[in-house]
Amino acid sequence: MKTSAVSFVCGIVFAVGLGISGMTQPGVVTAFLDFTGNWNPSLIFVMCGAILVYSVGSRLTLRRAKPVLCEEFDLPSAKKIDRRLVAGSILFGIGWGLAGFCPGPAITSLASIQKESAVFALFMVVGMLFFQLHKK
Amino acid sequence: MNFLTPFLGGTLIGFASLLLLHFNGRILGISGIIGGTLKRNSESKLWRHAFLLGLIVGGFFIYYFNPLAFQFTLNRSYVSLAIAGLLVGYGTRLGGGCTSGHGVCGMGRFSVRSIAATTIFMFFGALTVFIINHFLGGQI
Repeated sequence: MKTSAVSFVCGIVFAVGLGISGMTQPGVVTAFLDFTGNWNPSLIFVMCGAILVYSVGSRLTLRRAKPVLCEEFDLPSAKKIDRRLVAGSILFGIGWGLAGFCPGPAITSLASIQKESAVFALFMVVGMLFFQLHKK
Repeated sequence: MNFLTPFLGGTLIGFASLLLLHFNGRILGISGIIGGTLKRNSESKLWRHAFLLGLIVGGFFIYYFNPLAFQFTLNRSYVSLAIAGLLVGYGTRLGGGCTSGHGVCGMGRFSVRSIAATTIFMFFGALTVFIINHFLGGQI
């Protein structure tokens, strides 16, 4: 129960961060990806802010024997750059450039009751289900 | 150009990711969290649902204070948006992460896999935008 309460708060803070930083505006995202056109570098600062806080903070946190509410840290163990990582990231990149949405902003934008984000989010979940059914 | 606001938004994103690690020991990766709710096994889904609910509740806050934060100004057909959704959903699950899991948490932990993934999806995102904006007149 406590872990879910923390998750809920994390979701709210994360969403507000997305909104403040411009990530919920697909036009800002594609302008950031448009390096050769009318480039809008603002998302560089979003990444810098996020990575700065997380890289320093996670180092301190991971010195603990365990997280505050759980028995152990659940961290990814894969180390190799494999075909799945590369292929998946290529597909994701194309979709991201096409719509200007990545998963977080797509879910947060559902709050705006907007058809564009709703269509995107619906098919994103379908894509995930498709993966779920077809992975070995 | 205002750089302070995006930076502040970024620190909130980093802080939320850090909270989840510090208290729950989890990586804040949106695609992984959604993917986990779609699995059939009995692993606890409550925290995932709580997180996703928080994302939407946070969205309501944003919408209340600044509805323009959800402006959709791109010229995209619903078919394009649907295809983009499929690609993002399938791709992030296959690649083991998206902008949050790889781009923030993975990069923040200097994971080689995440640095590679982020470089690849940013490159292909930029390539896609390049093609749409420069060859298709910005609409698809």
